Amino acid sequence: MNEQGDAETAGRLRSGLGPALPAVTVILSLAGLLAVWSLVAAIWPSRAFPPPGAVWQELLEDTASGELPYHLGVTLARVAASFVVAMVFGSAIGILLGSYRRADSFFNPWVVLFLNLPALVIIVLAYIWFGLNEAAAIGAVAVNKIPNVVVTMREGARAFDPRYAEMAAVYRFSPIDRLRHIVLPQLQPYFAAASRTGIALIWKIVLVVELLGRSNGVGFQIYLYFQLFDVAAILAYTLAFVAVMLVIELLLVQPFERHATRWRRRPA
Amino acid sequence: MQPVGAGVPLRVDIAEKTFKSAEGVQVTALKELAFEVRQGEFACLLGPSGCGKTTTLRILLGLDRDFRGSFQIPGAGDGNRTAAVFQEPTLLPWRTVEQNVRLALPKAMRDADLDRLFKTLGLADMRTLFPSELSLGLARRAALARAFATEPAVLFLDEPFVSLDEQTAERLRHLLLSVWSARPTTALMVTHNLREALMLSDRIIVLSPRPAHVVGYFDVRLPRHNRNPQVMEDLLRSFHQKFPGAV
Repeated sequence: MNEQGDAETAGRLRSGLGPALPAVTVILSLAGLLAVWSLVAAIWPSRAFPPPGAVWQELLEDTASGELPYHLGVTLARVAASFVVAMVFGSAIGILLGSYRRADSFFNPWVVLFLNLPALVIIVLAYIWFGLNEAAAIGAVAVNKIPNVVVTMREGARAFDPRYAEMAAVYRFSPIDRLRHIVLPQLQPYFAAASRTGIALIWKIVLVVELLGRSNGVGFQIYLYFQLFDVAAILAYTLAFVAVMLVIELLLVQPFERHATRWRRRPA
Repeated sequence: MQPVGAGVPLRVDIAEKTFKSAEGVQVTALKELAFEVRQGEFACLLGPSGCGKTTTLRILLGLDRDFRGSFQIPGAGDGNRTAAVFQEPTLLPWRTVEQNVRLALPKAMRDADLDRLFKTLGLADMRTLFPSELSLGLARRAALARAFATEPAVLFLDEPFVSLDEQTAERLRHLLLSVWSARPTTALMVTHNLREALMLSDRIIVLSPRPAHVVGYFDVRLPRHNRNPQVMEDLLRSFHQKFPGAV
């Protein structure tokens, strides 16, 4: 049949181009952004708005001097530490609140309060109370993130399927097996959601923490170049950091998620 | 070696079980429900839908402790000696068929050789599949495999063949019989399907409508391989004579 033949061809075309098409679109889109940037910088030349070439030059220089990799590494370490602390405490609290209705109704106002505390207030208070040190910085970032994790994981714990718990009770699963094979797999989608939004939020807050009370890291450098009015350097640090976060998302977060949800896929 | 407490029957004596509905109305599900299943016997709890059969099973499985009365389970206090096949397969969707079966085993048996069991149940090629890749019939077989792999002292089955087409259900009943015969275990199955009960069991425990209590027993002493269609008709007739109006 003609129709069927057409449909088949279309299907083959789509499957042939399918994987490449999004990548091509992304590259074209970024190239377009770069072109607009160059154009605007050429029309209105200003120290406050350098062309892409100047930013690239700055990026190369700071990388060669070792300054950029050092500050990038410090910031990444803070992001990682805050992320781990926020996920561990947030998950534990969230699962508890999701499992015990009474605890939830008592502590829910606390969660709402912390959700609405501005990040800046938490950071300033942390520095005042605990001093200008690393623990205060990481703790402040984690406290900013914990309420979000709590809310997401609480939702996950409320969605537990009691049938699995009953099956585990009948077959006498050990507590560790219950955690590994019953609890964590059910929480996995919520955990993934919490960590995705978590990374995005945390790295932004880490820059503020560094700006306010640390003497290294990307946030500190941006503040430094702000005082020097060096926009090219500010953009160089920003772009380098965004690029690193994207690579983490593509190489770490997404493959892990694919592995964790492999059982959802059905064979063709 | 005989497991501890193996010669003990399954003894049930539930005085009363009530539910409180959302509006606060008390509903009595079970009242003076007492029966016994002898060791190595396959018994069926037969009763109309909603009479409290599943409630009884949940109590015996220890999933519902809010009742008055007592029961005695063979092999209790002897580690992992109870197995259940639920109304739904209840396989963990994020684990393969084989992992689902092995996870139910006590630590010491985790590496047991399951080839024969999988082969008998026709699951030999499905061991690495995820439950979402199985049909309902195959998932039920995997649930049977999980129950039998644990070599239980007592086995509970809660309408394990509902919502299957009759042909698939019949094949699964035969599979159940063949794995059960390989290692006869005290078994209690809940069903509202009289034919199924007559085909599988040594003894049928007939329950009344709610609140459930035992109306009487119907023993099927014929060996199972002799229960051909002709004999089944006779069994049906004598059952209806003994329990007119039941089921």
